[in-house]
Amino acid sequence: MTTITRPRRSRLHRKEHQAALLFVAIPVIGFLLFTLFPLLFSVYASFTNWNGISAPVFKGLDNYTKMFGDRYFLKSLWNTLFMMLGIPIGLVISLALALAMNRKMRGTTFFRTVYYLPVISSIAAVAILWQWAFNGDFGLINQALGLLGIDGPNWLQDTATVKPALIIMAVWKGLGYSMLLYLAALQSVPRYLYEAAALDGASAWQQFRHITIPMVAPVTFFLIVTSIIGGSQIFVEINIMTPTGGPEFESASIVWYIWQKAFDNLQMGYASAMSVVLGLLVFIITVIQFRLNRRNQFSID
Amino acid sequence: MSAQNVITTPPLESAETRPATGGRRPGSRPGRNGQPSAKAGLKLGNVITTLILSVGAVIMIAPLAWTFSTSLKTKDGVFELPPQWIPDPFVWENYARIWTAGPLLTGIQNSLIVACSVTIVGSLTSALAAFAFAKMRMPFKNVLFLGLLSGLMIPFPTLMIPQFTIFASIGWVDTLLPLIVPGLFGNIIMIFFLRQFLNSIPDSIVEAARIDGASYLQIFWTLILPAIRPALAAQFILWFMAMWNDYLAPIIYLNSPGTQTLQLVIANFNAQYAIQTDYPLIMAASFVALLPVLIVFVVFQRQIIESIALSGSKG
Repeated sequence: MTTITRPRRSRLHRKEHQAALLFVAIPVIGFLLFTLFPLLFSVYASFTNWNGISAPVFKGLDNYTKMFGDRYFLKSLWNTLFMMLGIPIGLVISLALALAMNRKMRGTTFFRTVYYLPVISSIAAVAILWQWAFNGDFGLINQALGLLGIDGPNWLQDTATVKPALIIMAVWKGLGYSMLLYLAALQSVPRYLYEAAALDGASAWQQFRHITIPMVAPVTFFLIVTSIIGGSQIFVEINIMTPTGGPEFESASIVWYIWQKAFDNLQMGYASAMSVVLGLLVFIITVIQFRLNRRNQFSID
Repeated sequence: MSAQNVITTPPLESAETRPATGGRRPGSRPGRNGQPSAKAGLKLGNVITTLILSVGAVIMIAPLAWTFSTSLKTKDGVFELPPQWIPDPFVWENYARIWTAGPLLTGIQNSLIVACSVTIVGSLTSALAAFAFAKMRMPFKNVLFLGLLSGLMIPFPTLMIPQFTIFASIGWVDTLLPLIVPGLFGNIIMIFFLRQFLNSIPDSIVEAARIDGASYLQIFWTLILPAIRPALAAQFILWFMAMWNDYLAPIIYLNSPGTQTLQLVIANFNAQYAIQTDYPLIMAASFVALLPVLIVFVVFQRQIIESIALSGSKG
């Protein structure tokens, strides 16, 4: 406030501001160049007819109306949603695993490592080895089924089994991640809650139902949302295991179809429109997460 | 994660001897329910749990083991029924053939170039930005930070078409640059976690150094960087593995064998040699692609697992 200190203080502040802005400038420029500009361009291109080489021609909502009459787009949308059935299956198994590993016993560190291995493995390599495992005649899966006397299908060539096959693989790959987050959540549940419940005569099931489930709910929610976001972008396994989109287009996902339209058929305007729809879906899911998450936190506090 | 409080060694035997020591043990563990039957139940439970987890572990490992086993078979050994789990004979030569059967070595080189340059430079730029966001005064701080965070909501497929045309217009297609350059500008996830980590370090350190006349860059090098090292290392490893395993961006930009990253090379192995039914070769190449990350994981598993558990609880 005084006339002597004020210029000095503001000069110091200005120096700090300059240095700070310089430090954050690099990521901010990166964001503008590689996220914001492409995003705006995608939205613009979605209203045009564009092959990526000559200039885009404005077509209004044509691409969007075309999309919802496009059998292949709707099919790939349906396939993508269907493959998300793996999410609840994976969550149930991984919670059970986390409960098992939360016991005080030997070997939990070892098991944790083993179950986590698929998570860090390269998805391309994993897709290759599962393609081989799903081989109808010589694959690991059908050999295991053979031991049980079941004659397994030719998984990836059969319209009925190609999606379940991809779901099985996705569950296998993602299990370790959800398990780890559940384990961290379980370990932060205060012991006295269980002790108090046991004193009141609550059974193990009641304790699980009324203490464990509510206490891990935030993690469940986080996992559901991140899995939906990740699942909506499923691409690599489809590209490698069923390079043509599977039998009768049964395994083509949205991103696979966008990729094919954009880079094989050079229908970049149309592909942009589909990618904008995908972006909107992800955006809506994320917003719901933020809102519900905030509410969750209030209810816990 | 402490395994030291082990109640069950050896499990079944101690369940039988339980009543004999029953009078002594509950006293040594106050606050615990020390009924003999409950303890025995706990031990039995542990045995059953271990059994179930072991079966699960076999299922988790089986595809990886099967890959390795296949990679050591002869071309015909793959099709033998019943299948051989242990190859007969061991064909280690498959691991020699892969290097000439395709551009595996250049694939590894390209993957290393991309992953190393992005993570090393990108970690530095991210750490600098995190320092500024956590410990310095600047105008529009929250707006800038939230703006960067909002970028996380946009899936890569929505950006890939314009990004591709941008890089195509400057002639960067079929080079590694489109994979490297965006990463050099930092990574918002890393900025977020480093900032979080820095919030637990008192501001007074920075202020004291300022009074001593240190510049902000000096403070960053001598104080901040050493302080955030554990968080930085964990995020670095996670980012490195993500770059190493990336597939969608490389498949868009790279088409000639000399520029392809390892993941693309093995995918091409898969497409090319499946027709010749040379599965041992495909599996050997895939296993080589898996190995570096598996090794990194086993060596650094403590840091990796902790930082992942942390990231989930912050989400």
